[in-house]
Amino acid sequence: MTTKKLDGKVPEGPIQEKWDKHKFNMKLVNPANKRKFNVIVVGTGLAGASAAASLAELGYNVQSFCIQDSPRRAHSIAAQGGVNAAKNYPNDGDSVWRLFYDTVKGGDYRAREANVYRLAQVANNIIDQCVAQGVPFARDYGGFLANRSFGGAQVSRTFYARGQTGQQLLLGAYSAMMKEVSKGKIKLYTRREMLDLVMVNGKARGIITRNVVTGEIERYAADAVLLCTGGYGNVYFLSTNAMASNCSAAWRAHKRGAYFANPCYTQIHPTCIPVHGDHQSKLTLMSESLRNDGRVWVPKNQDDKRAPNDIPEEDRDYYLERKYPSFGNLVPRDVASRNAKQAVDEGKGVGSTGVAVYLDFRDAIKRDGKDVVAAKYGNLFDMYERITDDDPYQVPMRIYPAVHYTMGGLWVDYNLQSNIPGLFVLGEANFSDHGANRLGASALMQGLADGYFVAPYTLGNYFASEKPEQEKVTTDAPEFEAAHKESRDKLERLLSINGSRTTDDFHRDLGKIMWEYVGMARNEEGLKKAISEIKNLKEQFWKDVKVTGTNTNINTELEKANRVADFLELGELMARDALERRESCGGHFREESQTEENEAKRDDENFAHVAAWEWQGEDTEPLRHVEELSFENVALTQRSYK
Amino acid sequence: MGNNTQSMNIHLKVWRQKDRLDKGNMEDHKMDNVSPDMSFLEMLDVLNEKLVREGKDPIAFDHDCREGICGMCSLMINGQAHGPESETTTCQLHMRKFKNGDTIVVEPWRARAFPVEKDLMVDRSAFDEIIAAGGFVNVNTGNPQDANCLPISKENADLAMDAAACIGCGACVASCKNASAMLFVSAKVSQLALLPQGQVEAEERVQSMVNKMDELGFGNCTNEAECEASCPKGINISNIARMNRDFLKASIVSKS
Repeated sequence: MTTKKLDGKVPEGPIQEKWDKHKFNMKLVNPANKRKFNVIVVGTGLAGASAAASLAELGYNVQSFCIQDSPRRAHSIAAQGGVNAAKNYPNDGDSVWRLFYDTVKGGDYRAREANVYRLAQVANNIIDQCVAQGVPFARDYGGFLANRSFGGAQVSRTFYARGQTGQQLLLGAYSAMMKEVSKGKIKLYTRREMLDLVMVNGKARGIITRNVVTGEIERYAADAVLLCTGGYGNVYFLSTNAMASNCSAAWRAHKRGAYFANPCYTQIHPTCIPVHGDHQSKLTLMSESLRNDGRVWVPKNQDDKRAPNDIPEEDRDYYLERKYPSFGNLVPRDVASRNAKQAVDEGKGVGSTGVAVYLDFRDAIKRDGKDVVAAKYGNLFDMYERITDDDPYQVPMRIYPAVHYTMGGLWVDYNLQSNIPGLFVLGEANFSDHGANRLGASALMQGLADGYFVAPYTLGNYFASEKPEQEKVTTDAPEFEAAHKESRDKLERLLSINGSRTTDDFHRDLGKIMWEYVGMARNEEGLKKAISEIKNLKEQFWKDVKVTGTNTNINTELEKANRVADFLELGELMARDALERRESCGGHFREESQTEENEAKRDDENFAHVAAWEWQGEDTEPLRHVEELSFENVALTQRSYK
Repeated sequence: MGNNTQSMNIHLKVWRQKDRLDKGNMEDHKMDNVSPDMSFLEMLDVLNEKLVREGKDPIAFDHDCREGICGMCSLMINGQAHGPESETTTCQLHMRKFKNGDTIVVEPWRARAFPVEKDLMVDRSAFDEIIAAGGFVNVNTGNPQDANCLPISKENADLAMDAAACIGCGACVASCKNASAMLFVSAKVSQLALLPQGQVEAEERVQSMVNKMDELGFGNCTNEAECEASCPKGINISNIARMNRDFLKASIVSKS
């Protein structure tokens, strides 16, 4: 096997015209014929719910699957800050071009230009669509929509619904979906976990799931499969992801041949509540919107143990404002995170653990009054107090970066189709739009863009050109039989080990390795160490994990073990990808490649490409394919936020 | 991290039930060295890891985001939905709200429309069925008018947002002696009734959602306001009044 050059299938023509031309050139399925096609949508977050609703409205028969007891609970619901669009309502100089430019630059020039441009183009439709659904966005006194600022942009383009924008957008998409459930166009399967992708004649034709209530392993066939299963941040054990967020659907597709792109691109979000105690189960994000008014600082001197309010102005270092005067506290996430780590590494960290920095609202409260600050951030301040027992109106918040989002994911072309025909990947599960670093309020934008406005067109083109419905496939096919057996055997193997350590023990160990060596700063030696340590841990896992119970009813331990088995394999690939990418870019910081000012230093000559990995089997090293990225519209420069 | 660092000993009485058909029973567990900084669910995590090490079946409970927004977590804690702290989901409840030596009784939501799946997990799909009956604006994905063509007074937008903050956890049903779903249903009805987008179908919506709620076995409202007191998102019972008014109006003027 040799490595390949991948084709992103970007349409010809000027970037502003690509999507319009492509929409015209794509084939259509006649309205009456749409009911002949069956589509599986896995996941009901923003991407999955919006895709399921839109496809059902068009007339396709949709089967929708989610892990939770209701589609409304997918983790998109936890997004706080907002959704970007270039409406330019504040008249502050925004445009589709600027949103496109900011996103390419924010991603440190590692995203596919044409995808990003399309994203910026359809962002405005998203806002219109959501308002039409009854999403209660924040409004000003004239009754018009309000905007706020986010990191990596100098315009106000973020639409929000208090600190619960993700919830409101998801409930909008969920309601659109339930409308189609009531019409019988969507068949809903809740409390289902995808165990495998089924391929017939080289095409994605179905999935194997486990009903987590009955333990039953089930088979579903269709003409195409859409994976909208989110990111893989939980590989680090502690992250801001929900407890059930996992990589298994994407990973099983990868093991069936789908390429995994840029797995090392992870976003460490700068404003999270710091780790405390050994029993912590997850980390909680404090919205980036807080950086509009909060000022980040550490004591100027090492080991300054005074209470924050006792430290006078001259002994404080507002390091983001000092180093980046034009963006100040609103630098992109990767820059803010790295600077927090640097302050802590220099011995200036605060709090009992010394692994935190301050986010201070004293000046905002003095300037605007407590009521104004409370109106903007009240729910976040309350949440902070509930968790930490500290009142952020009185003492500065303590924050530290935490794993939040994964820019990497399954490789897709311009049509959001993976290298497996009939397998489409949407939202955080794909790799395409955020490059090496995602800007705030862009995840919601991408999830909904993919589901409402991209996949409904490109899937039709696939059906009309490939005609998968002409090959009748049922769940009796030998491919389904084989995948079903493999899934069952794997679960039975996990149950039979009966070792001495729990799944969480292994997951915590994996998380420590990942955070230490594949976290905010990476180097060759550490990454090599990570690869070998993860290999050992994986071996131990399969010898010594203890999974209680049976496979015939609710068994949360079995669910977790089944996911951690995949995280162990993905973790190794992430380290391998980070090792091979011998440059720094966005969230991927290789210590060997930095500027004199400790900023990420790209190597455009050798690494202006997407790395897409092909699975080669359990004991064989994966193949690294490459998709070259060309930048025709945005000049490649060293990112500067100074 | 918190200001109280003394570890605690807790006596837990937890509901165990194998499946829907099992009768179920309370089970006792002693927990030593509970950190006040743990969340309630992290305390259960520690207990579950201990049970797994002992080869026993861990306690099943629903949870996911652990940030108080997904609505997955539940639990009646000492007879209160989501425990003693107001406007707080179980996942955001911390052990510092309890005292050393406390006995804590943990039970699932109990309502005819929410059958127990296992231990503390219940089936809340009835809520999805109610939303499918009309909790939406009938608009397809496409090209609606520019968002700012539809000004909405800030007051109404804020009231709609207050109602839309519902997380669908079911605490209102669990805490109501009639197991009524009025607060949940009225929150969605109100959100859409307060916005011009929802006006077109307002009459049909309120009728079909209320009828579906009745059909699924939820009880009636007798104005005890336990739902409002237990709601982790502070959804106001004035929403119920709004829904009742809209329902009455709809039944008088409706064409069907």
